[in-house]
Amino acid sequence: MKWSAKLEEKVFIGLLWASAILAILVLFSIVGHILINGIAGLSWEFITAEPSRMGKEGGILSIIIGTLYLTVASLIVATPIGVGSAIFLTEYAKKGRVVRVIRFATESLAAVPSIIFGLFGFVLFVITLGMGWSIISGALTIAFMILPTIIRAAEESIKMVPDSYREGSLALGASKWYTIRKVVLPSALPGIATGIILGIGRSIGETAAVILTAGSSLGLPTSVFDPTRTLSVHLYILASEGISMEKAYATATVLIILIISINFVANWLMAKLVGRVA
Amino acid sequence: MKKNSVHNRVSELVVEKALFFSAIIAVLIIVLIAIFVILSGWPLLQKVGFIQFVFGTVWNPTNGIYGIFPMVVGSILVTLGALVIGVPFGIAGAVFLAEIAPKKVAKFIRPAIELLAGIPSVVYGFYGLVVLVPFMRHYTGGSGFSVLAGSIILAIMILPTILNISENALKSVPKEFKEGSIALGANHWQTIKWISLPVARSGIVAGVVLGMARAIGETMAVIMVTGNVTRIPGSIFDPIRTLTGNIVMEMGYASGEHQQALFATGIILFIFIMLLNLVVQFISKGRCKA
Repeated sequence: MKWSAKLEEKVFIGLLWASAILAILVLFSIVGHILINGIAGLSWEFITAEPSRMGKEGGILSIIIGTLYLTVASLIVATPIGVGSAIFLTEYAKKGRVVRVIRFATESLAAVPSIIFGLFGFVLFVITLGMGWSIISGALTIAFMILPTIIRAAEESIKMVPDSYREGSLALGASKWYTIRKVVLPSALPGIATGIILGIGRSIGETAAVILTAGSSLGLPTSVFDPTRTLSVHLYILASEGISMEKAYATATVLIILIISINFVANWLMAKLVGRVA
Repeated sequence: MKKNSVHNRVSELVVEKALFFSAIIAVLIIVLIAIFVILSGWPLLQKVGFIQFVFGTVWNPTNGIYGIFPMVVGSILVTLGALVIGVPFGIAGAVFLAEIAPKKVAKFIRPAIELLAGIPSVVYGFYGLVVLVPFMRHYTGGSGFSVLAGSIILAIMILPTILNISENALKSVPKEFKEGSIALGANHWQTIKWISLPVARSGIVAGVVLGMARAIGETMAVIMVTGNVTRIPGSIFDPIRTLTGNIVMEMGYASGEHQQALFATGIILFIFIMLLNLVVQFISKGRCKA
């Protein structure tokens, strides 16, 4: 009896170790496979040359620029709204129906699949408002998509700022908004930045919503009203239409390197936040 | 001095209103999404009939026949498959991180899980296309594009969701509960099985439901590995098309009634997701009260 309980413990704890190791192996096999096959196609020329023959040859310059435009534009829209909303929810809102509705909406927004955002952006921006397939249509759509990410990260980090900071500032005669601006936000900054960086990651990785709103044109965009193609969309088209597996691997490698760097920076900032308010 | 304080009070009020307005935007967007997607698909739903649209088995836009039942079945099948594979691993990983992993090991695994969550879905799809599909073609026959391939890729993608939420739930189990169990002579595994997991149950369920919502809404990874055939599959080795796949595959060239039918597909997907989301919010509300 006693022995079997001990055996059971050994077996199950062994299984838990095994599943954790398996999860790590899966990650390594995916990242490893893509890096090993893609690194050969990666060169200075690949990054700086325009694509030719539908991406079969040349590089990804216009795609990098398109991705950059789209990401920056979506952040310009989403950051103020997201941070403002987080400040309201943590510093101003009193418990009640309004806050419950706002929270429900934010949670729901986080659960909406990107393809639905794509449909929405398509019918509102591309068709109804006549913006066509363009960076601006794509950026607005992505901005709405990453809004919950930014709100949540900003909210969490603002909550982490100790009340004694606020009380100290208020006791010195500072107004509420002044306190938030000069005391709360600076302390919470690394956490807010983490949210923004996670938002960057999502907007770089998004494909479905971008195809429907920004299009998939290979040309070099000259303004936000031009259509464009992002890295993710490029990878999808290269792979699914079988245009060039070599270029697809190289594009996937660029994406993976970007995402790893983004995660690294986000973790670094988070450690900084914890160090600052603890 | 007095003038200054009035000025301050006014600007404080303006700021508060501005912040309130940014908080309301989330509400506005979700309402706009619902309105625009529903309005764009409504005429077709009305013409074909809701029941006929959802349960019709033929999808033939060129001849004006719109039935999405094969896609409904496809979405449900890949999602269930992903849960069957992903849930045990997600929960096991959560228990491992919350209860067993030495600090050094946890420090190594957590960033790995974060990275897993950050990898774009199109990269997962690409990996599935170049590794998993050929592998399955070799060992299971057929084209390799299948329900199973979709389920495996989705299982990997929802793993971080299930794992993170379950881990948080497990960590919030009061220490006294576990200590009491150990003091009564239970070993570590018995404590996990009889105390930690049951107490954290509602949190774990919330994680699983959120994972489910993610799986059913996932688009790019799925269309790259499932083959996108609009037929009800006979086995898990057959190709299928999901609701999300249906929208993104045909939106590029659809117009008129066909386009409305794709929006109607979006409505059905939206209903699925909202139901799952309500379930999650209901579960976590119950947990706060407990």
